Amino acid sequence: MIRAAAVAWLILLVAAPLLVVFAIAFAIPDPGLPPFRLPIENGRWVAGNEAWRVLTGDGFYLTALGRSLVVSGGTAAICLGLAYPMALGILRAAPRWRPMLLALVVLPMSAGFVLRMAAWMGLLRDSGPINRALLALGLTDAPVWLLYSDAGLMLGMVHSYLPFALLPLLAALAARDRAPEEASADLGAGPWTVFRTVTLPASAGAAVAAALLVFIPAAGEFVIPEILGSPGSLLVGRAIWQEFSVTRDWPLAAAASTALLAVLLPPLLWWQRLR
Amino acid sequence: MTRWVLAAGLAFLWAPILLMAVFAFSDARQPFVWGGFSWRWFAALAENERLLGAAGLSLLLAAGAATLASLAGGAIGWVLARHGAFRGRALFAILAAAPLVLPEVVTGLALLLLFVALQRLTGWPEGRGVMTLLLAHAALGAGYVAVVVQGRLAGMGLALEEAAADLGASPAMVFRSVTLPLLAPSLVAGWGLAFLLSFDDVVLAGFTGGPGATTLPLLLFSQLRMGPTPEAHALAVVWLVVAGLGLSLWGWLGQRR
Repeated sequence: MIRAAAVAWLILLVAAPLLVVFAIAFAIPDPGLPPFRLPIENGRWVAGNEAWRVLTGDGFYLTALGRSLVVSGGTAAICLGLAYPMALGILRAAPRWRPMLLALVVLPMSAGFVLRMAAWMGLLRDSGPINRALLALGLTDAPVWLLYSDAGLMLGMVHSYLPFALLPLLAALAARDRAPEEASADLGAGPWTVFRTVTLPASAGAAVAAALLVFIPAAGEFVIPEILGSPGSLLVGRAIWQEFSVTRDWPLAAAASTALLAVLLPPLLWWQRLR
Repeated sequence: MTRWVLAAGLAFLWAPILLMAVFAFSDARQPFVWGGFSWRWFAALAENERLLGAAGLSLLLAAGAATLASLAGGAIGWVLARHGAFRGRALFAILAAAPLVLPEVVTGLALLLLFVALQRLTGWPEGRGVMTLLLAHAALGAGYVAVVVQGRLAGMGLALEEAAADLGASPAMVFRSVTLPLLAPSLVAGWGLAFLLSFDDVVLAGFTGGPGATTLPLLLFSQLRMGPTPEAHALAVVWLVVAGLGLSLWGWLGQRR
């Protein structure tokens, strides 16, 4: 009975919505409410491929999708690059410090996502502390364009997603067997050689899983680019939101979501296997 | 080396938050400009009824969604850990984990379209609002609860439950007096996680909330497009203090156990 309830929940709230998205991607835009009608007339299927034509027709959506993958891939790579040494640093600290360090990683996450973005907005502004410091130090003559730029976007992305890479990697590294590392160090390997030849190969699966846990959701990110990114920067999450709320072309939004999902399916299945 | 990266990483995570907290006490209207010490933004916060109303709605919504997510996620985690192999288990596992990784834009649009389709077919739900948002947040939270509960069940093994059964306890008694107490900490952790996810969410609320359900993050997000305000910084301080107290209480309870 528990299984039936769990299956019903997953079908209704996970599987069915995704199938509905796929179906609506073939619907026909309509000025009514909801702003589409099903591609069925007199009981016959009149294929509404309009959304797909728009999606693949001009370069807009393909560029947006490509740029989104570059941004989320970069975010995942930077997060992983930071998460490895940070996780090892936490595990090498004295045991009584570890809960404290873990709290320092987790607590910023509970400080409110929108409010953290508000902080970055204030910091990156032309008259913000970063630019004031750069001007005072004489490193620049005019304020550097940080807010509403790709640099600002990446800072916000890494700041939001870092804990998602750090926490699973920390769990995997905490559970690892230390003996091979000690043996390799005893035999004269330096810290970097130990990491490269023992720690890294042994934890590669967990590292890839942690990076995917950042890469997949970040590919559809819409709030951070909206607040910190440049207004003209094309990202698929933003395009989907705009088709939904501004242009009100729901079939196009559904088709773009389906395309994003199709691109993310291989990494999703990879993550599922590594987990 | 790792120590220095750790210090730099923590500084990166904390710098914006600490700076924001300091300047919440500044009298200046411009964010991150020091204009002398003042409580004025906290006073303004206490009088901002729109913000307080949104915060109240968000708290209730998060509590409701977390409770529903704990029930559903608990069941999903139980099936994953205890039901062994059954037909469609691989698909079940993928669906259970999907809310964790799917981009929120996709989840949000998908749930919205489901609600619209359901309304067409059955007449329910009547438009978007708190009810649809509650279900959306519960769907997201259940994925996280399921992972936590599954991990705990896999870790604790069957020995204690089997011992209780051998000593004559009925299945219901075993569940109530052995399984549930062992599972309680992870259920509480999952509830907390689902609460935070709901309380922090912008995207799902934007898609499935509708006009009657303006949550706190959604309100802040729409105001933020005009630029940051010192009032938001004051709110962040309140938020951080509450979260810090919650986490300390959690740690203290954990040590006593």
